[in-house]
Amino acid sequence: MAAAARPGVEELALLEKLLGLPRGNKYGVQGERKIPVLQTNNGPGLTGLMTIAAHLVKQAKKDQLLGSTAEEKAVVQQWLEYRVTQVDGGSSKEDTTTILKNLNIHLEDKVYLAGNTFTLADILMYYGLHHIMVDLTVQEKEKYLNVSRWFNHIQHYPGVRQHLSNVTFIKNRLYTNAH
Amino acid sequence: MRLRVAPGGPAALKVLAAAGAAAAPVRLVWGDPLERPLASLSPPWVPALELDSGTVLFSPNAICQFFFLARGEEPTDLTNQWLEWEATELQPAASAALYAQLVHGKKGLEAVEALGQLLDHIEQNLTRRGTAYLAGDTKSVADVVVWGALFPVLQDETSLPSELQALRTWFQNMTLSEACRKAADSVLMPKALLEFKSYLQKHPPPCVATERATSNEPEQEEDGSERALTEEEITAAVDAWARGVAALPKPWKPQKPVLPVEGMRNVLITSALPYVNNVPHLGNIIGCVLSADTFARYCRLRNWNTLYVCGTDEYGTATETKAMEEGLTPQEICNKYNAIHADIYRWFDISFDYFGRTTTPHQTTIAQDIFQRLLARGFLLQDTVEQLRCEDCQRFLADRFVEGVCPFCNYEEARGDQCDKCGKLINAVELKNPQCKLCRGVPVVKTTQHLFLDLPKLEERLEPWLEQSWATGDWTANARYITRSWIRDGLKPRCITRDLKWGTPVPLDGFQDKVFYVWFDAPIGYLSITANYTDQWERWWKNPQQVELYNFMAKDNVPFHSVIFPCSLLGADDNYTLVNHLIATEYLNYEDGKFSKSRGVGVFGDMAKDTGIPADIWRFYLLYLRPEGQDSAFSWSDLMLKNNSELLNNLGNFINRAGMFVCKFFGGVVPDMVLTLDDKRLLARVTLELRQYHQLLEKVRIRDALRCILSISRHGNQYIQVNEPWKRIKGDEKDRQRAGTVTGVAVNMASMLAIMLQPYMPSVSLAIQGQLRIPPDCFILSHDFTCTLPAGHCVGTVSPLFQKLENDQVESLRKRFGGGQTEDVAVKPQAEQTHPAPATLGAPGDPQLIQELTEKVAKQGNYVRQLKANKAEKGEVDTEVAKLLELKKQLLLAEGKSPEVPVPKGKRKK
Repeated sequence: MAAAARPGVEELALLEKLLGLPRGNKYGVQGERKIPVLQTNNGPGLTGLMTIAAHLVKQAKKDQLLGSTAEEKAVVQQWLEYRVTQVDGGSSKEDTTTILKNLNIHLEDKVYLAGNTFTLADILMYYGLHHIMVDLTVQEKEKYLNVSRWFNHIQHYPGVRQHLSNVTFIKNRLYTNAH
Repeated sequence: MRLRVAPGGPAALKVLAAAGAAAAPVRLVWGDPLERPLASLSPPWVPALELDSGTVLFSPNAICQFFFLARGEEPTDLTNQWLEWEATELQPAASAALYAQLVHGKKGLEAVEALGQLLDHIEQNLTRRGTAYLAGDTKSVADVVVWGALFPVLQDETSLPSELQALRTWFQNMTLSEACRKAADSVLMPKALLEFKSYLQKHPPPCVATERATSNEPEQEEDGSERALTEEEITAAVDAWARGVAALPKPWKPQKPVLPVEGMRNVLITSALPYVNNVPHLGNIIGCVLSADTFARYCRLRNWNTLYVCGTDEYGTATETKAMEEGLTPQEICNKYNAIHADIYRWFDISFDYFGRTTTPHQTTIAQDIFQRLLARGFLLQDTVEQLRCEDCQRFLADRFVEGVCPFCNYEEARGDQCDKCGKLINAVELKNPQCKLCRGVPVVKTTQHLFLDLPKLEERLEPWLEQSWATGDWTANARYITRSWIRDGLKPRCITRDLKWGTPVPLDGFQDKVFYVWFDAPIGYLSITANYTDQWERWWKNPQQVELYNFMAKDNVPFHSVIFPCSLLGADDNYTLVNHLIATEYLNYEDGKFSKSRGVGVFGDMAKDTGIPADIWRFYLLYLRPEGQDSAFSWSDLMLKNNSELLNNLGNFINRAGMFVCKFFGGVVPDMVLTLDDKRLLARVTLELRQYHQLLEKVRIRDALRCILSISRHGNQYIQVNEPWKRIKGDEKDRQRAGTVTGVAVNMASMLAIMLQPYMPSVSLAIQGQLRIPPDCFILSHDFTCTLPAGHCVGTVSPLFQKLENDQVESLRKRFGGGQTEDVAVKPQAEQTHPAPATLGAPGDPQLIQELTEKVAKQGNYVRQLKANKAEKGEVDTEVAKLLELKKQLLLAEGKSPEVPVPKGKRKK
């Protein structure tokens, strides 16, 4: 089974760079699932991808990435949770299909996960889905058209993609009968 | 903002507690699990919060977070950390523990132990920080979320180990807080954990297995939180496997006719008698005959001595009316439709031992005998009823045979029971200018004598019997509920005679022109049909000591089987066999709407075979969505999906590959098997599933048991995939041996699946039996997975079992069988079984009235459909449709619903 990119330190390093934070945070991992831990000078540190990512955003003073209203904040929280429970949790083909299907429905009428603003949810979902999107066939990309549009948009968002491979999307639809 | 939670959905607890704790101004809606979910991403039983902006939150934790955000409490690193931990670590473990506790019956303490390290984690955090709450000295969203996950498992702090002092204190504090207490009261308290149980039971164990494992479980299967196997289980499974065919009992082949046998488990199964003058639809089929058939087949595979009888219910006004419409005699109508029924059930492969009918001399003898015994014991009352009589026709007129002017609105064509215009209920004698519908003559009011079954007097016999039957038998929850509410509302004498010709004659002076009312008569059909099968029928029906009786039906038939018929038999006092297990289904809907006879929407029994889809596929899909515990809906695209994913890609794929490997790589001969630890674990895993299958089927949880079959073949597919016998066969000696073992184990799994599948898909089972040449002596279900196809066994020709359903094909079927319906009323799976209600007109809300109206709606709908089918005049059709709509409106009124809104899709939760 292809190892799913575990939520990890590597991803947090990408995020740090994207946020323009100086390198200096120390990370460790915990348990079999290699959950990232951010070492802090005082206390036991912070555990968990969502938690650390939100902390970094605040550290970089880009709080708008966490949403500006209560509603937006809750929505961002919801998608971060979806990322760490569903996207990272599922590894079977079936799980992946469900995730893509769900996201495709959700993104039908939205530019970003939280609606019209780019948030941390988009960034982490992009990192989390990258290994899946790379492997999709042209037909699948076309089937999950909304996900593809969103993904393509996010990978071109300045500073997000960094060294990750660019996923190609074809502009013309090839499988017009796809449902 | 609107918060929708489903009763019994675990996550309901935390969102309600959070709403309370943060004093959020939410409008609470108790969702029906069948309603379309607010958010497409979440199943309907998960809470959903619809914000005023239209945004829907579907994650319970995000909903909780929102409530706190809305009153200005920003998340901190610490609350975030707790929420993430709860979602990724605690929640999956708590769900698994709860499942183990409720469904597998694990003791509370064991379940708590499974949470061990997670509980330690909370304890350590609380003590290290020295705070009263998880994220500081005040209560935050973190506390509510974590408490909400723990409470269902722990219930109270005493189930926590005493050394977790800080956790205990915190948990107790939380539980006592007003918000949490209220949430627990409204979600849980009335029926406590049973609510959760019903939720969990709707989910087969694999659903829990797909949840992520906690990292804390010491030994993990690759599949996550599946229960770990113990050494003993593995050893036992290996032993059982090795014993092979010798370990199996010989299949019991009863003599015909099947009669109870001393010392055996004797199972008598009935399914509700379908009313003869209708073609059953899919709902009827799953509601009784198919469910009963699956169970009967299972019983036979368990070597239980089983008799399954059913037949058509043929007497009553409805038959007379239908006969008049078709210009035939009632008997001719019955003959015609009995044959239609029998054909349909034959096509569906229903394994009746006998399919009879109620219009037989035995029916008369037995019904009259029961009547005489009731009379002799003083359980019948006589009363005078005023009724219209047509002197020309020499008969009292049943309500539907009278027309006249409505006494309320002066509508000219009001019927004897109600006015189609104003919808008011009418007592036929109140009609102005009444007319006999047959001869247009003027009827006169005459008094007529009727007999009533004295249910109030019989209640003292009924109650102790019910108590005992409930304590020892399996009654579905809806059957218990409906029965309880019937008794609670008070039993009244029920009329058992009618002024009709088509029925069993009443053997009493002064009642020569009368017949028994169908509801009294019809259940006696079970006895008379058995009597037509064997003259020793009393060995089944007057033998409660040796016989266990299972009644299958849809829920609208419950009172007849749980109250009225038992009262007749208890009153007749002749050592009758009374129902031990009453199995009632909920309703099956069609696509997004309802089965609708009026618009020809839905699939009816005689059309199923014209779809080109084999009977076994229909059986599989109907059983897969058997309305067990809640209504369910038939959907074409889902049928296609289940066929292509579960049958073709999962089950069919596995069985076919297992057989093909034997043929292709080993010349059709099962190879030697040298079991490794992995194989042994698989045997134990399969054994667990098999046991679960038995556990469920013994409780007649037919739908859930089917999941076990699919889960075994999933394990099988995975096993083949991981071991890749097609590659190893090309390798060295060791690899080839491995390929042999894997192939051998897989083909034996396929063999067992064929047997487990038999109750569900008999033809497919037979096909597998033929392809693998499974010896007939192995066609028996034991609790162990044994090697039935040992090394050296020759298999036959293996070919694919299932065909892919294509989108185009299914789309055209969907079009053919309708859709786009807007205002149709659900047709109950058993609609035709409902009998005309007694002459007394009930008050609104009265179940009798509702039943009566439901029957009328169904009948009128049917009539309209027939008109349309016969290409009747548009005007005529419109009139009849208008009548139908009116009836539906009345039905809604009677049910206490507003007629303005369409019938809600799901039946209201009782």
